[in-house]
Amino acid sequence: MLIYTLKRLGLAVLVTVSVSFVSFMLIRVSGDPAIALAGEGASQEEIEFVRVQYGFDRPLIVQYIEWAGRALHGDLGESPYLNQPVAGMLKERMGVTMTLGVSALTFAMVLSIPLGVLAAIRPNTWIDRIALAISVMGQAMPSFWFGLIMIIFFGVHLRWLPISGSDTWKHFLMPTVALGYYATPAIMRLVRSGMLEVLASDHIRTARAKGLRWPKILFKHALRNAIIPVVAVAAVQLGFMLGGSIVIESVFALNGLGNLAWVSIARSDLPVVQAIVLMLAIIYVFLTFVSDLINAFLDPRIRNV
Amino acid sequence: MTQATSNNKFDSGLGLDVVFPSPRQIMRQRMIHHKGFIVGGVMVLLIFLMAIFAPAIAPHDPFHQDLSIRMIPPVWNENGTWNYPLGTDNLGRDYLSRLVYGCRISLLIGFSCMMIAAVIGAILGLTAGYFGGTVDMVVSFIITVRLALPAVLVAIAVVALIGGSMKIVILVLGCLIWDRFAVILRATTKQIRAIDYVQAAQAAGCSVLRVIVLEIMPNLFNSIVIVATLEIGRAILLEAALSFLGMGVQPPTPSWGLMISEGKDLMLFNPYLVTIPGVALFILVLGMNLFGDGLRDVTSPEGRS
Repeated sequence: MLIYTLKRLGLAVLVTVSVSFVSFMLIRVSGDPAIALAGEGASQEEIEFVRVQYGFDRPLIVQYIEWAGRALHGDLGESPYLNQPVAGMLKERMGVTMTLGVSALTFAMVLSIPLGVLAAIRPNTWIDRIALAISVMGQAMPSFWFGLIMIIFFGVHLRWLPISGSDTWKHFLMPTVALGYYATPAIMRLVRSGMLEVLASDHIRTARAKGLRWPKILFKHALRNAIIPVVAVAAVQLGFMLGGSIVIESVFALNGLGNLAWVSIARSDLPVVQAIVLMLAIIYVFLTFVSDLINAFLDPRIRNV
Repeated sequence: MTQATSNNKFDSGLGLDVVFPSPRQIMRQRMIHHKGFIVGGVMVLLIFLMAIFAPAIAPHDPFHQDLSIRMIPPVWNENGTWNYPLGTDNLGRDYLSRLVYGCRISLLIGFSCMMIAAVIGAILGLTAGYFGGTVDMVVSFIITVRLALPAVLVAIAVVALIGGSMKIVILVLGCLIWDRFAVILRATTKQIRAIDYVQAAQAAGCSVLRVIVLEIMPNLFNSIVIVATLEIGRAILLEAALSFLGMGVQPPTPSWGLMISEGKDLMLFNPYLVTIPGVALFILVLGMNLFGDGLRDVTSPEGRS
C-alpha cells in the first residue's frame, strides 16, 4: 500500500507540474500577453512598458519557473484589472464553487445510486426503463438550458425559488440540480452494471442459499462491491463539475470561481484566468489521487498494478 | 454440396436443410429490433436532411431583420401567425428559419471537432495500445494531463484570447475532446494486438505500419464510429455552451447556443426564445447518443447486459 501510495503521489506531482506548465503556456500561446494586458488602443511604448514590467521579455522557461515558484508559496500574482492579489480573490470565491460542486455531486449520488440499484434488481422492467430514460435524457440536455428552464418555471412562474445570487441555501437548489444531473447518467450506469455483475456472482448465490434476508444481501454483500468503481467516477465527476461550473454560475449569477473566470476572461484579466485553470486542475489531480487511494484500500487487487 | 456453401447450413439429419443466418443478417436483425438505434437513427437522419435542404425548408432568410415584425410569438400562441410558425426574435428574424439553418452550424461543428479529435485520439490510442511499455506510459500521462484541465474553461479562455469564429471554435474544441477516443482505442488496440492473426502478421515480417493499418485498424472501426457519435454530441453541447457565454460562434450566425443566449434576456415574457432552440439541441444530441448507444449494443450485445 505504501509503495502504491508513493507511486500515485509521484504521478500526481508530475501531472500537476505538467498542468501548471500548460496553464502557464495557455496565455502565452494564444497571443501576445503584453498587448492583451495593455488594453485596446495602447501605443507601442505602453505595450513595451507592460512587457518589461511583467517580465514578458525574458525567456519563457525563466518566466515559468518564477511563476511556479511563487505559486508554490501561495502567491498567484496580482490582477492587473483590479490591482488585487489573485490568491485572495480565489479564496473569496472558492466557497461558493465548492458548495455548488459538493452539493451537485451529492444530488447526483442520491438520485443515481438508488435508481441504479433498483434498475439492477428489476432489469427490463418499468423502473429500469425510467432509469435508462433519465440517464439518456440527462446526457443530451445542455445544462445551461436546463438551468434557464428551471428559472422560467420555478423562479418566474411559481415564484418558489430565487433566480440569482448565492445568499441562502435556496439560491443553491436550482444550480445544484442543473449541474448535478449531468453526472447522474455516468454514475447510474456504473451502479447498475456493477450491481448486475455482483448479483450474478457466486457469493451472492451462497448468501441466498444459506437463507440470508434479501435486504441484507443487497446492502451488505452486493452494494458494497458494486460501489467501488463509483468512488473513482464520483471523484472524477466532481472535478468535471467544478470545471463546468463556469456555465451554471453565469446562468444563476452565483459569485463563485466560474463566474470570476468568465468575468476575467471577458476583461482579459489573464493572471486570474491562469490561476483558476491551475486551481481547478490541481483540485482534479488531488481528487483522482484520493479516489485512487480509496479504491486501493477497498480493493487490494489494485495495489499490485 | 461444396465446402463454401455449406458454411452456414447444417444437416439436421432429417433431410432438411437448416440455414443459419450469416453474421450480417444477425446484425441486421438486431438493428431492426433495437428501438434506441432506430429512433436515434431516424432523428439524426431527419436533422441531416433538414441541414442539407435548409434553403428549401426555411420559409424566410435567417439573417433578414425587420423591426416591424419583432417578437411575434409562435403559432400556438393567440397572437401567432402561420407566416412565422415559430415566431420572430427581437430583431424581427424568422425563428424557424434561424432554427433550420442553425442545425447546419451544430452539425458542421460537431463533425469537424469529432474529426480532429478522432485523428489525435486515434494516433495516441493506437501507438499506446500497439507499442505498450514506455510509449503507453507517456500517452497515458498525456491523457491524464488533458483530463485534469477543465475543458470548458480552457476552451472559453483560448477562444476569447484569439477571437471567436467558427474555425477557432472547431480547432479548440477538437484539440480538447480527443480523450475518449484515445482511452477507448488504446484499450481496444491492446486487446486486438494479442489476437493470433496480428501476431501471425508480425511473425510473417509485416512492417509496423502495415500491421496497424491492415490488421488492426479494420477492427477498430466499430469502436471509432461509436465514440464518434458520442463525441459529436459532446462537441455540439460544448459549442452551445461556448456560444451561450458569448465566447463561441459570433452573431449573427444562427447557432442554437447563441440563440438561447440572445433570448435569455427576454425569456421572462417570451420563453419560446429559449425553449425552442434548447429543444432542438436536446433532440439532436439525444438522437446522436441513442444512435451511438444502439450501435454499441448491436455490434457487441454484451455492452449492456
